[in-house]
Amino acid sequence: MDKAGSVPSTPLERGGPFDYPGSSIPSQSQMLAPEAPATPRPNNPLWLLAEVTYKCPLHCVFCFNPIDYTRYGTELTTDEWLKALREGRELGATQLGFSGGEPLVRDDMEILVAESRKMGYYTNLITSGIGLNEKRIAAFKDGGLDHIQLSFQDSTREMNDFISSTRTFELKSKVAKLIKQYEYPMVLNVVLHRLNIDHIQEILDMAEKMEVEYLELANTQYYGWALLNRDHLMPSREQLQRAEEITNAFRARIGDKMKIYFVVPDYYENRPKACMNGWGAVFITVTADGLVLPCHEARQLPGITFPNIRDASMKWIWYDSPAFNKYRGDDWMKQPCRSCPNKARDFGGCRCQAFMLTGDAANTDPVCDLSPHHHVVLEAVDKAQQQSQPATTTAKPIIPIMYRDDKNSRKLSEGVAVAESESAV
Amino acid sequence: MSNPNERPALGAETVLEITRHFRLQWEPAQQAHVLLYPEGMVKLSGSAGEILKRIDGASSIDAIVKNLEQAFPGADLRPDVLSFLETAYGQGWIRPKHAA
Repeated sequence: MDKAGSVPSTPLERGGPFDYPGSSIPSQSQMLAPEAPATPRPNNPLWLLAEVTYKCPLHCVFCFNPIDYTRYGTELTTDEWLKALREGRELGATQLGFSGGEPLVRDDMEILVAESRKMGYYTNLITSGIGLNEKRIAAFKDGGLDHIQLSFQDSTREMNDFISSTRTFELKSKVAKLIKQYEYPMVLNVVLHRLNIDHIQEILDMAEKMEVEYLELANTQYYGWALLNRDHLMPSREQLQRAEEITNAFRARIGDKMKIYFVVPDYYENRPKACMNGWGAVFITVTADGLVLPCHEARQLPGITFPNIRDASMKWIWYDSPAFNKYRGDDWMKQPCRSCPNKARDFGGCRCQAFMLTGDAANTDPVCDLSPHHHVVLEAVDKAQQQSQPATTTAKPIIPIMYRDDKNSRKLSEGVAVAESESAV
Repeated sequence: MSNPNERPALGAETVLEITRHFRLQWEPAQQAHVLLYPEGMVKLSGSAGEILKRIDGASSIDAIVKNLEQAFPGADLRPDVLSFLETAYGQGWIRPKHAA
């Protein structure tokens, strides 16, 4: 599935409650914003993202799964998932996203959906559609699944042709028909990047043909495989502008029939996103192998031992674990965040992005133009302008593009393991 | 998503229902009613919760107001209730029953 643009929704306005690497359905941000932390006790979680498997039939270059996913342990069993979900629900989480990998790879999804609906979750299935047939969607409907978000993946190696790929379109149309037939809102997520953003008109036309009601045009955010492939994926300013113009014209024509969200890459912003609405503030990710994280990227952060739901209760993890308390509040902040009036709004941005781009998760997210490291973002943006021609698969980039697959992951895992043993020495 | 110019107006006899894909439920952890919808949630104030939980796809607006006035006697609730219902309608949380 399309990791980069899939997971639970962010309001488009910066600083909303669910702003994190992912994208965007509207949300009542102002009404949801947690009350001012009068007590040191954190608010209860609202969102649980279940990355039920890292297995995926697709190989998207913008996936934000960890690049070394092949070295993680065995997947949680059905019963272990139900424990995690029950305990998350008891803490107060209301929204549940099933993601991955491709969640439909697991054959117990029907059980997980039905049980979590009984627990009182609003259940969201975030899928590429591959593996969704009438039998399964009927079972999901019976089990009370509330919502399906269909991602438009472009995993083909014929990147330039993907939008005209009949096979892809036919699959999506078939799944879209099922979604409508079973009276789900038609929500389509398309991850945009340098290689497909110039096809925006075709993407919009396709969405119209599919009678999409909510369309998320989410520019890639650079995590995991997407960071690895960043030079291939970041659009130029000109490409972005054109895409936004075309989207706005389409929006004006289509009116109320389709609600469209266009998310620009945060590298083009000068203030960071309020990632996850703050560390350990509303959000829990449980990974395929049972780690419990404050966001789906956090496991890469060094020096933090993330608890596993096999060994600990969700209650202890949320309220008491060192990992979830690590970046709560603002005691951990350095300058310029510490004395910045925006810190209550953006929480210093994304800890993972700070780590990936500056080497220290406690630094200001370098997307912020007040960050002393902001130049690393500017350099990446500059680089994206220099290729005057839209990139194509025939261009010769220095580092070849990396498809998200097991072979590449194993190769990259060796690199990660070496780096870890070196830093341990 | 609804355009005020195209929506049917609400009247005293209008029967309302919670819009499909929205779900109203009581959340013990928040001590509040919430409206859940795809990937989002609205936490409702006490009075908003009291109003919305009376929307059952059978009662008219008039009946809802009367019911509220019985439950919370001593005040003229009608203007506040109508104003909240207009807001909720504008947000797409509720709609007249049988509306397209």
